[in-house]
This record gives sequence, structure tokens and C-alpha cells, in this order.
Amino acid sequence: MLEFFDAAMLARLQFAFTVSFHIIFPAFSIGLASYLFVLEALWLKTDNPVYLRLYKYWLKIFAVGFGMGVVSGLVMSYQFGTNWSVFSDKAGPVIGPLLAYEVLSAFFLEAGFLGIMLFGMDRVGKKLHYFATSMVAFGTLLSATWILAVNSWMQTPTGHAVNELGQFVPGNWMSIIFNPSFPYRLLHMTLASYLTVSFVVGGVGAWHLLRDKSNPEARKMFSMAMWMATFVAPIQIFAGDLHGLNTLEHQPIKVAAMEGHWHRQTGAPFLLAAWPDSEKERNSFEIGIPYASAIVLTHDIDGETPGLTDVPASDRPPVGMVFWSFRVMILIGTLMALIGIYSVWLRWKGRLYETPWFQKSALWMGPSGFVAVLAGWVVTEVGRQPFTVYGLLRTSESLAPVDAPAVAASLIAFIVVYFALFGAGTYYIIRMMCLPPDGQGPQAGKPLRAAGTTPAASMTPTELVGGL
Amino acid sequence: MDMDLPLIWAGLLSLGVFIYVALDGFDLGVGLLFPFFAKDADRDVAMNTVAPVWDGNETWLILGGGGLFAAFPLAYAIVMPALYAPFTIMLLALVFRGVAFEYRWRDKSHERIWDTSFVFGSFMATFMQGIVLGTFVQGIEVDGRAYAGGWWDWLTPFTVMTGVALCFGYSLLGSGWLILKTEGSIRAQAYRFATLTAMGTFFFVCVVSLWTPLLSPEIYARWFTSPTIYFVAPVPLLTLVVAGFIARGIYKQIDSIIYPSTIALLGLCFIGLGVGLTPYIVPRAITIHEAAAPDSSLMFMLVGALIMLPLILGYTGYSYWIFRGKVRHGDRGYHS
Repeated sequence: MLEFFDAAMLARLQFAFTVSFHIIFPAFSIGLASYLFVLEALWLKTDNPVYLRLYKYWLKIFAVGFGMGVVSGLVMSYQFGTNWSVFSDKAGPVIGPLLAYEVLSAFFLEAGFLGIMLFGMDRVGKKLHYFATSMVAFGTLLSATWILAVNSWMQTPTGHAVNELGQFVPGNWMSIIFNPSFPYRLLHMTLASYLTVSFVVGGVGAWHLLRDKSNPEARKMFSMAMWMATFVAPIQIFAGDLHGLNTLEHQPIKVAAMEGHWHRQTGAPFLLAAWPDSEKERNSFEIGIPYASAIVLTHDIDGETPGLTDVPASDRPPVGMVFWSFRVMILIGTLMALIGIYSVWLRWKGRLYETPWFQKSALWMGPSGFVAVLAGWVVTEVGRQPFTVYGLLRTSESLAPVDAPAVAASLIAFIVVYFALFGAGTYYIIRMMCLPPDGQGPQAGKPLRAAGTTPAASMTPTELVGGL
Repeated sequence: MDMDLPLIWAGLLSLGVFIYVALDGFDLGVGLLFPFFAKDADRDVAMNTVAPVWDGNETWLILGGGGLFAAFPLAYAIVMPALYAPFTIMLLALVFRGVAFEYRWRDKSHERIWDTSFVFGSFMATFMQGIVLGTFVQGIEVDGRAYAGGWWDWLTPFTVMTGVALCFGYSLLGSGWLILKTEGSIRAQAYRFATLTAMGTFFFVCVVSLWTPLLSPEIYARWFTSPTIYFVAPVPLLTLVVAGFIARGIYKQIDSIIYPSTIALLGLCFIGLGVGLTPYIVPRAITIHEAAAPDSSLMFMLVGALIMLPLILGYTGYSYWIFRGKVRHGDRGYHS
């Protein structure tokens, strides 16, 4: 057990922990910034005060989420060096400039206009304020573009050469940035952010509809969220399929792990559940749909799909984690699409806002996007193992010369601080979400009160959101 | 034409780090001064002077880390493990203070906790940055392409002293900023802070100047032997002049002079640090050229930097312009 926690494993745990915490906030702010952009545009166009109230309501929540994203992201930009210095030395010439572009083109843009967006409504004109909102939204998308180019290059490296020092050096920047998995990953992640936020907005709208189904802001946000679920969830399933086919082409062993297939085979089943056993190189139990995997992956009932035993055991990722995370993601994606489809039926019947079981379902689905995003990242990142740069640089050869106790101590510090501080932030966000979005929120100088004191609430917000 | 791209990038990165010091320095400084305000309402105003700009200021630190990684990956790979604990503590400290900007408004009943978090975070971040600067003077043990020292090599009397020194420097910057941005009782308090922190800063500038040359014969030779002495001699002389400006600004209560003069003072200290470090990027072990990424990486980034940096400076300046003028009690932005 103790050997398991060597410096390498601790450094991986630390990266996994800090990056998993971090990704929650960008996933939230990418989608929410675009939502704010849409709300302000609609307000300017229609002059309907409902949009302005929704804008102000979500802006406060955005500010807290964005702040947590900034500080947890800062940690990431140093973590490459503190724990993965050999990786940094070797891959720095290729991925460093992309990160530099992210900072120069996106981070400064977001930070520069965020002040105006948050504090500038009384200081600048409407159009200029809208411009600031647009720049922040654009900045979040630009940031995603660069960081996903980096991540995708690590998954499907192209356009580089290796110099005499063993460093990856740039050959062709266009093929480094537009590496084979980049367009798919960018599309899949951007849609994931939009869906995540749609379900958060939908969940909050549902919560307030359950208290007061006539609340105009709650109706508006619930309706907008359900349109997103209707259209974006199916598109996301399609985009995910394209991404999967791209992975099959470039990282077949990752797909074998996602499918839980140990052996190359034709007409492979899609496994609904299985218990992969790496020692025996087989699943100790499995239930599947015959031929389904072959059909999805090769569009041919007798198509051939890869197996984990195509490569030596030392080149395989941990199977169980990849396999199960993939299923969690798929399940949530399917539920999202079902909610979206059913909302069309309710809308047609004129009962979209007054079907309590549906609002309750939407409320339960509120945080589901975050779970799906995390599960998806586990699939792609754990699936990349045992490499940092796929097929070229092993994780075990990427490590910094730091002793295990130092990594362990900093890991514990990160865990304690993140749970305490980001836990508090999440609590504040949930509390803000429980306040009605009707412009009758807390006035200046008055302390905020949790929704537990609003007359209609019979449950505490945290109980209903499932103890997030 | 052959450009010395590593040198250009060393210059750009130094500029980025210096802009970081000048900007985040004042908001960290406001954090350091936070516990010494007489009234809670003054704390609200002090925080509101930095709230619209702090995360833009912190972005320069990301540029510092990201830029070092991109332009000098070998230096990044050596410096980060060498300064493992100070960087980790600094990052965690920045989390503590960063969240306080929002949380203290969201939860008035626990305002004290978040104020403490803000002060503690600002202090630890500043102190660790001072230790990092001190380590760059003191030296880092290198073997081949990796750090070869222990975890605690960075902790010496010299680096502790530079840590304390930077706390005074940032506090003076914060005082100068508050003098610019506030009025009435807060401004009066800021002048008292400025008097004390200026004395502390001057004292530590002297200590650093006298101690640094003693750390290595190479640094000593640069400051005290011909011909380099002729190039470096203006630095201490200008420092004296700038210190005079600060003292006069405080004495005569000229609001607009203290913050810019403090930036100039820290700039001169920064140049002094550079004099000792050049041509190395990892002190006395790895030179700028040894650590640099290949020219193809540097050129690719340079194109972006030359386009983006003027834009960044433009809209950052514009944002400061929008929030110009004194901040008053009751200005609460979107928190209301």
C-alpha cells in the first residue's frame, strides 16, 4: 500500500485533484458568460426588464464562480513546473507558447473587461457595457480553444520534431494547434459547458417555479434552459460520437478501455456493465447489447474493434476507471436529451411551467452537467495513460525530482484549502440561487439570508440539490 | 536579420514581472494594510478601490509563470522544484485572498473570517514572493538539467529578509494607491501608513543593497570594480533621488507622487537584481540562452506578444480610466 503512494502517484493525484476542481469553474463560466451575453443582447433588443433582472441575478453568481476559476487556474500554471518539471522541459517548446497565447489573448481580455462588466453598469453606456460582456464571453471561449489545443496535442501529437536534448520542438504550428483530436474536443467541451449551464439555469428556474409558477424570471430562465436541452443535448450526443470515432482512429486502446474490450473482435457488444480484471485480462462479469459497439464504432454489424491486449500491459490505461466514467457520462447525456425532448411535449401541451414532477426532475438534473464533464475528462485523461504525450512520453518519465513527502504535504494542503474555500464558494452560489430572481433580492446593507427563511420553502436548498 | 530572441524574451518577461509587481503589488499592499484601518467602513472602501482590477493584476503573474514555461522551459523546470514550497504556499495564499473579494460581500455575518483570509493570504503571498526574489539572488543548486538541492534550501536569513522587505515595499505601494484613490479619514490614515512603510522600505533597500554583494564574489565584482561600476553606479544614485521624491510627497501631502515614485523605487531595485543575475536565468547555473526554447517557439510567441501586449495595455489602461477618481463610502458596484 505504501509503495503505491510514491512521488509519481502522489503527483498524479495532486494534478488530478487540482485540475478536477479547476475544470468545474471554467465549465461553468464558459457557458454562463455566453448566457449573460445572450441575456444582455435580448434586454437591449426588447427592453424587457425581465432580461435585465436575469442578467443581474446571474452576474453575481458568475462573479463568484469566475473568481474561483481565476485562483484555481493560477495554481495550474505553476503545477506543470512544481510536479512535472521533466515534462515541462521536454514539452515546453511546443505547449508553452500555446499557453502563452492563452494568457495573452484570453486571460487578459477576460480580466480586463470583467471589472467593467461587474462594476461598470453605472459608469459606461449600455452599448459599451454590452461590449464588455461580449469580450468576457469571447475570452472564455478563446481560453478554451487554446487550452484544448494543448490538451489535444498531448493526446494526438502532430507537427513536432524531437531535438538532440530529447525536447519536443515545433515543426509546423498549424498542425500542432489543429492536431487531429482538437476540433472534436473543442466542440465537445464547448457544448458540454453550454449544457452544464443550461441545466444549472434550468434547475434554478425549476426551484423557483416550484415555489411560484407565475414568477416571470423563473419562467423565462426555465424556458430558455429547456430549449437548450432540446437542441444542444442531441447535438452533443452526435458530437460525442464523432469525438469517439476520432479517438478510435488515433487512440484505439483508449476506446478499448472505454468499451471494456480485452480482445480484438468482430461484432463486438456494447457492455452496459462489466467488472474489468486487469490481472486476468478479461471482465469477471459483463452484460451487453450484442453487436451494438461494432455498429456504433464501425457502422458495420461485423466491423472489427480493437482490444486492450493489442498492446503490452505496460501500455494500457487503468481500465475500470475509464470504463465506468464513460458510462456515467453517457447516462447523463441521455437523461439530458430525454428532458429536452419531453420539455417540447409539455410546452406543446402548455404545461411546461406547471408539471411539478418535471420541475423536480430538472432540479435534480441541475448539477448533472458537472458530473458529466468530470466523467468525460476522466475518460480522456486516464485513457491517455500511461503517457503524458500519447505514445511518446511516459508519465513515469515526466516527473519532477521532488520527494514524496513534499508532494504529499502539498497535496494535503490543496485538499484542505480547496474543500474549505471552494466549498464555501459553492455554498454561497447555492444560497444566491435560492433567492428569487425577481429584483426583490437583498437590498444594500441588509445581510443575505438563506432561502430557508422564504415563506414557501419547506426543504433547505442543500437537501434539494442533493448535498452538493 | 538575426534577432537575439532569448534576450528579447528575457526583456519581455522581466517587463511582465515588473508590471505584475507594480500592479498586484498595490492590491496585495492594501491587503497587508487591511487590519490597521480604524473603521470597518474604511475597509469596505479600501477593498472597493481594488475590486475591479485585482484579477487583471494577477493575470500578469500567470503571464510570468506561463511565459517562463514557454520561453525558458529549462529554467521553469529547475526553478519550480527548487522553490516548491514557496510557490505552493504563494498559490494557496492567493486562493485565500482571491475568494475574499467576493465572499465577504456574500456573507456579512462571517465578514471577519473573510477579512482574515484576505489579510493572511495577502501577507503569505507577498512574503513568499519576497523569498522567491531572494532565492534568485542567492542561487539555486543545479545538476545537469535538474534541480539538485533540498526542499529547504530556499530558507535562509537572506531570503527571510527579502520576504520582509517585500512586505514593506508592497505596503508602501498600497499606501500610495489608497492615497490616490480615497479621501477624508482613509486618505489621512493612508498617509500615516505611508510614513511608516516608507521608512521600513528605505531601511530594507539599504540592507538588501549591502547584503547582496556579500553573497557572491561575482555580484560583488559587478557592483564594485571597473568597468561595470560605471554602468551600475547610477542605480543607487537614482534610488536616493526617488526616495527623496517619496519622502517629499509624504511630507507635503502630494497625492499623485507617492504611488508612481514607489513604482520607480521598486523598478530600480528590480534593475539592481537584474545586474546581479545577468546573463543567467537560474542564478549562476543556467544562462538565458541555455534555457531558451528554440527560436521557432520564441518567434511564434513574439508575433503574438507584439500584437497582443499593446492591446492588453490599451484596454487595461482604459479599464483603470473608467474607474478613475476617488472611491467613496457607499460605492458598492454590483454587490448592492
